[in-house]
Amino acid sequence: MDMQNFKTREKAAMAEPKIIARDVNVYYGQSQALKSIELDIAANEVTALIGPSGCGKSTFLRCINRMNDVIESCRVEGRITLEGIDIYNSGLDPVLLRARVGMVFQKPNPFPKSIYDNIAYGPRLHGIASGKDELEATVESSLRRAGLWEEVKDRLDSPGTGLSGGQQQRLCIARAIAVNPEVILMDEPCSALDPIATAKIEELIDELRENFTIVIVTHSMQQAARVSQKTAFFHLGELVEVGETDKLFTSPEDQRTQGYITGRFG
Amino acid sequence: MEQLALFFALIFLIILGYILGKGRAVALSGHAYHPLHSRLPYYGLYTAIWCGLPSLLLMAGWMAFEPAIAEAIVSSKLSASNQNLTSDQITLYVNDVINLASGGIISREVNNDLQAATDSYIFFRQISYFAMAVVAISLSLGGLFSSLKSISPDLRARNKVEKIISVVMMACSTIAILTTVGIVFSLIFETLRFFNKVPLTEFLFGLHWSPQTALRTDQVGGSGSFGAVPLFAGTMLITFISMVVAVPVGLMSAIYMSEYAGKKFRAFAKPLLEILAGIPTVVYGFFAALTVAPFFRNSGEFFGLDVSSESALAAGMVMGIMIIPFISSLSDDVMNSVPQSLRDASYAMGATKSETITKVILPAALPGIVGAVLLAMSRAIGETMIVVMAAGLAANLTANPLEAVTTVTVQIVTLLVGDQEFDSAKTLAAFALGLLLFIVTLAMNIVALKVVRKYREKYD
Repeated sequence: MDMQNFKTREKAAMAEPKIIARDVNVYYGQSQALKSIELDIAANEVTALIGPSGCGKSTFLRCINRMNDVIESCRVEGRITLEGIDIYNSGLDPVLLRARVGMVFQKPNPFPKSIYDNIAYGPRLHGIASGKDELEATVESSLRRAGLWEEVKDRLDSPGTGLSGGQQQRLCIARAIAVNPEVILMDEPCSALDPIATAKIEELIDELRENFTIVIVTHSMQQAARVSQKTAFFHLGELVEVGETDKLFTSPEDQRTQGYITGRFG
Repeated sequence: MEQLALFFALIFLIILGYILGKGRAVALSGHAYHPLHSRLPYYGLYTAIWCGLPSLLLMAGWMAFEPAIAEAIVSSKLSASNQNLTSDQITLYVNDVINLASGGIISREVNNDLQAATDSYIFFRQISYFAMAVVAISLSLGGLFSSLKSISPDLRARNKVEKIISVVMMACSTIAILTTVGIVFSLIFETLRFFNKVPLTEFLFGLHWSPQTALRTDQVGGSGSFGAVPLFAGTMLITFISMVVAVPVGLMSAIYMSEYAGKKFRAFAKPLLEILAGIPTVVYGFFAALTVAPFFRNSGEFFGLDVSSESALAAGMVMGIMIIPFISSLSDDVMNSVPQSLRDASYAMGATKSETITKVILPAALPGIVGAVLLAMSRAIGETMIVVMAAGLAANLTANPLEAVTTVTVQIVTLLVGDQEFDSAKTLAAFALGLLLFIVTLAMNIVALKVVRKYREKYD
């Protein structure tokens, strides 16, 4: 009995969402981009954010690692917690936050440095690896986890910008996981890639779920259905509906979701 | 005045050609069963070009060669009638004829011979002018009518007009190249004459510069020594000082401008910084000679140092200030062109702003920054006015920035200023110095352009 009790409690603790957003409002100057967003993101799951262009899904994604701080006119209100710590109002340094919450962008953006230096960038910044051997091991394991090791192991010194688009994007994923973050944010990571490279990335996302919490913004509903466990539908700055991916795509509760997934708008 | 009238007549014909050509095309387009090849304005342009271009080219050629021909005619007449004149005397006489014709002051009394020669010269010029006017106008009219006649729905007017325009643009771009070639050749011939008098090895490796030579054969003067090493050493010293000032200041201000400064401050400060580039160098020269140099001298005295009142330090510092905007403005542009996505990538990895700048932006922008520095450096090497006023004339071979040194450009100026015999080694030395300086700065510009081009290929 006690044992069972403990187990359920542990399960409850595990079910405690990794990221909790409460009443998040975002403004760009005068215009409001996000309206009172309430969203829980579970650990070790892939959460997809879908919705038509300009609906605020990328804005929300960039709130989670405070990338919106860079934009001068942007103002964020509300509460976003990462494992219970308020990332905006608890004096948490955005630099430390971003070491825990990595990000992969829409367009592959490797640094104009060698493949090795691209991966080693984060570990060097945060002093994760002590010594050359450890750094090399970190680079290798990151590239292996991103499924890129076999393709680049003989040319780690050649520039990262010389890889193909899909390889560049996997390089960016490897770069992000090299600092061992807890969460990886992906902003339409496949929109600049061909179908084969896309399939590889999607496969990779599924593998990464084991160790990371992943939030992915995507335009493709097929992609959301393929890779995610939870899906959140944004429309005109509002979070319309969130739920299990299977359920959201088969029996949406909201008319607007229904309209979007059946292709009536967006 | 008459030339101007002819010019306006041609302009009128060109406009007329455009209107008529277009009008003819409009008339043709009325027959809708056979559509025109090009859009209407091209037919107008086609006619206008045929109307204007040949006669303008003819006029340009005529004006370029006609005075020489007129001169040749006068001098050939003269040498036919006066066998005993030397060629120099004939040249002088012809000059007098031309001056008299234009109402200028001449060096001899006006006698009947001269008046007759002048009259025939004026007569020839008038005849030739009328001939040119007639030929130009008839060429223009001929072009107008033949091109009007050739306008048909099948005429590929657009292709022809574009072809002509591309040829004209090519000719314009050749002008810059030809000018460079011309400059080089004008330097080369005088330089070769200089090296007939002074051996190349002395010029390149001589450690002593003292270009005093006797002006006349009966004059006692220095035999002159033409070792260019002290001049180039002085140039390098001053350039080095100016780069020590300009590179850190320019780079730091560029980093501040592109990465830290707010929009408002940037909009206000960047043009202000660029004003520095617009200050005439003479004004910098005043500043160096009257403010900075005495200041260094006085503060040097305070510390018991012997500072010359015209020091390399003062000239170099002021020159450094002058080239700050080159470095800061170009580097700022280069850093701004580093894609935002790279900054985002660095921030998203948890890098701070300064880490992002030193580890991502500066390395990515480095080739462009190197290019900017090299361009600024060749500018500093070629700079003349500040060093003339503030660096002095003494050709000391020294590395001490507190002493007076002189530069290549300063020596070129002093060699050529004033009354000089144009074939003395002293004067010709200026051309040799100029050529060597040209080669040095050209090499640096080529390197800079190569570096900048390599950078441009980097993203995309």
